[in-house]
Amino acid sequence: MIKIDAQNVDFYYGSFHALKNISMQIEANTSVAFIGPSGCGKSTFLRLFNRMNDLIPDTRLEGKIFIDGHNIYDKGVKVDTLRKDVGMVFQKPNPFPKTIFENVAYGLRVNGVKDKDYIEETVIKSLKQVVLWDEVKDKLKDSAFALSGGQQQRLCIARALAISPSILLMDEPTSALDPISTSKIEDLVHELKKDYTIVIVTHNMQQAARVSDKTGYFYLGELIEYGETRKIFTNPEKESTQNYITGRFG
Amino acid sequence: MRKFFEKLVEGGLLISGSVSSLTILLIVVFLFKEAGGLFNTPSTEEGYVLAVHNTNEVAKLSPEQLMDIFDGNITNWKEIGGNDVEILPFRLSDLTNYYSEEELGSEFQYVPQKISELIGKEPGIIAFFPEQYLLQEHFQGKVLPTQNITPSEFFGGTKWYPTATPAPIFGLIPLLLGTLLVSIGAIVLSLPFGLAVAIYMAEIANHRMRDFLKPIIELLAGIPSVVYGFFGLVVIVPLIQKTFDLPVGETAFAGSVVLAIMALPTIITVAEDAMRTTPRAMKEASLALGATQWQTIYKVIIPYSISGITSAVVLGIGRAIGETMAVLMVTGNAAVIPTSFFEPVRTIPATIAAELGEAPAGGAHYEALFLLGVVLFLITLLLSISVEYISSKRKI
Amino acid sequence: METVHKIDTIDRKKRSSQKFAFGFFTFLSYLVVAILFVILGFIIIKGGNVISWDFLTKAPEEGMTKGGIYPAIIGTFYLIVGSSIISFPIGIMSGIYMNEYAANSKLVRFIRIMTNNLSGVPSVVFGLFGMSLFVNALGWGDSIIAGSFTLALMSLPLIIRTTEEALKSIDDSFRHGSLALGATKLQTIRRVVLPMAFPNIITGLILSIGRVSGETAPILFTVAAYFLPQLPGSIFDQCMALPYHLYVISTSGTDIEASRGMAYGTALVLIAIVLVVNLLANALRNYFAKKVKMN
Repeated sequence: MIKIDAQNVDFYYGSFHALKNISMQIEANTSVAFIGPSGCGKSTFLRLFNRMNDLIPDTRLEGKIFIDGHNIYDKGVKVDTLRKDVGMVFQKPNPFPKTIFENVAYGLRVNGVKDKDYIEETVIKSLKQVVLWDEVKDKLKDSAFALSGGQQQRLCIARALAISPSILLMDEPTSALDPISTSKIEDLVHELKKDYTIVIVTHNMQQAARVSDKTGYFYLGELIEYGETRKIFTNPEKESTQNYITGRFG
Repeated sequence: MRKFFEKLVEGGLLISGSVSSLTILLIVVFLFKEAGGLFNTPSTEEGYVLAVHNTNEVAKLSPEQLMDIFDGNITNWKEIGGNDVEILPFRLSDLTNYYSEEELGSEFQYVPQKISELIGKEPGIIAFFPEQYLLQEHFQGKVLPTQNITPSEFFGGTKWYPTATPAPIFGLIPLLLGTLLVSIGAIVLSLPFGLAVAIYMAEIANHRMRDFLKPIIELLAGIPSVVYGFFGLVVIVPLIQKTFDLPVGETAFAGSVVLAIMALPTIITVAEDAMRTTPRAMKEASLALGATQWQTIYKVIIPYSISGITSAVVLGIGRAIGETMAVLMVTGNAAVIPTSFFEPVRTIPATIAAELGEAPAGGAHYEALFLLGVVLFLITLLLSISVEYISSKRKI
Repeated sequence: METVHKIDTIDRKKRSSQKFAFGFFTFLSYLVVAILFVILGFIIIKGGNVISWDFLTKAPEEGMTKGGIYPAIIGTFYLIVGSSIISFPIGIMSGIYMNEYAANSKLVRFIRIMTNNLSGVPSVVFGLFGMSLFVNALGWGDSIIAGSFTLALMSLPLIIRTTEEALKSIDDSFRHGSLALGATKLQTIRRVVLPMAFPNIITGLILSIGRVSGETAPILFTVAAYFLPQLPGSIFDQCMALPYHLYVISTSGTDIEASRGMAYGTALVLIAIVLVVNLLANALRNYFAKKVKMN
């Protein structure tokens, strides 16, 4: 089943042509990695799926992006409803200046959930999902800033999961973390892709190889190659891909 | 040579660098120097004495009691702890009611005797007269010892009558309450506007709107306070008088309205700057969870920038408390303890500005006004320091 | 599908609350703009009828109910010049010292706190202080020099802060570039840093002129005269000043009603100074901002 279907997407920052005629289909309950050198457009493309680029003034999109068969850039689409279904984890952990509990409950509260028991249940479930529960169960009332970087990032994932999205976008989620925290999050992605469609942007090619079913390689705003991860890493069709994954540039 | 020149310039820079600290120090020194004498000043006018009948048991009278006596508000000594005798206030000018001009002598040489005689005759008398007319020997009365103005009279006094005789009254309370009433009223009026505009500018307005608003706010900040006062006097005061059907429009409320407008730029600028410091990542995290922009503002941005917003409020209060001219022009300047928003009040800065011109240098009134300056300085210093403390506090 | 429906109504609710809140904020913002325009408009219309060549060039006549405000304009001009001579060099040098010489040291933290405190000191306290130090202790009496010093001290924090900000905005690479060529620190500041920071410093100075021209409380006891038939002859003379003049004729003149027209005219002149100062500062800022962009 096709979850995300991008058709002939062009994207501009002012006059800068950031994405060039990109088409891509992502199947449900798989994980897809976007790789490529800095500034290649992979993060920009990712941020189109929850319309995060709407926040940047003076940008323009051409083409269509369907999620579950609906064009998310249609006039009638409400971004907040869309973003509830498409969760996102950012490059640097960005917890709110609130308690650990309130961080995870935030998404529920802003979406109008008032039932206390349900909120508590969901917070616990989400924290367990990201394997953070045992570490924080005694300090739910503490500031989220008191956690380590890796814990904060898992908290941010729990926060995103709490409102039960069907898609999880991850924008270089481990770039600010140490190797141990990184491997914990990679394990998590493995777990999560059973229930979610995961799109992950990464600089780290081993990570792409470890966590994704499919990989897309971006270069200068173009999608150079997109296919089975194993094939991309062992037998790429394009020379540019070959050069990048073998570390000749990037 | 060049090296020497460089050292010289660098020395100059160092001295300039310390100029603001030096100024603060000098302000403290000179304000205290001028104000310090107040509590060593006798509470009655210098060169005058107060005398009572020998049998009078009252040994001490506060300035307020003196005023009440001479104004006829206290008429019997028992009200202030003495015998049950009617009080007879006496000033030098009353002497001709008791004695003819012949009796006083052609050159008033008998005045001391006659005053002494009168005091000896009248058990209820309290006489206030120049020291030169005090009979040196065989004075038939009792001279009340002069007392100095006490700190408790100043800081706890509920009346401000700086030109009352025989004893002026310097009570801080009515002025302090007037200042607080006007300032707090101003902040209550100005805060919703200020925060709304700050939120609008930081989060809602587009670039063009912001570029339009910024200079407007700067202009509001630049208009001199005396112009605000004038505008308040000719527009706001009559408007308030008519709207609320008051005998006079010059009220605490008029002061608050004018001050509210004047405090706006401070609140807007500081609060907007504070909200702008919210990291983009934090805003994006909230929006990515399906929160609306408004939910993001009140659930994330405002809590994150709360210390900056608090600073904005405190700075606004500081600005309002210290404001002089505009308040002086629109509040009516009645130095009484305010009981309502729609009565004239008088603030500390307005008192200084209005009265210093008439207070003879070095006198008690002059010293009292400088002491008001000290109080004002300390209040604003306290506010500045609390802003410093608030903004240095860790977030969450 | 039941839950989807429920969430949809919640979404509608939170969207309408956003609409309401934003509408409210927008409305209040427009209201603030309206307040400014009412104040400006009122004074410009009322004062516009009064302004004439005679008004600007003649002395007050008939108990300040007729004539002009020439001596007050000149007095304010003297005070602006006098205070600027004192505050500009000291303020700029203080800013330089704080940003270039002692950046981030404990001393600078202390100085910065003191500067903030100084900017919070009410203007009437500056008036008291000026009276005590310059008028009485130094024996200058009510004079232009006493008023200028008082106003200068009051405007110092603004100048120091804008200078410091202007210097801070200049990238360290420029400083390092100059130092690497063997220039001394002072040469670097004079030939590289200051010229680059100049436009922003100037903007701060202009704004401080605006503030000095409108302040009343500090000059009340240090220089301002109720009425002077002739212009001041030396810096030890008193002078009239626009803000004090406005205060006097609108509250305690000989005939308040008859001098209303004069008051409107004086208020307009004060507003005009503020407008010119702000426009000038903005124009400068935009002009230099564009220039930087082009580079």
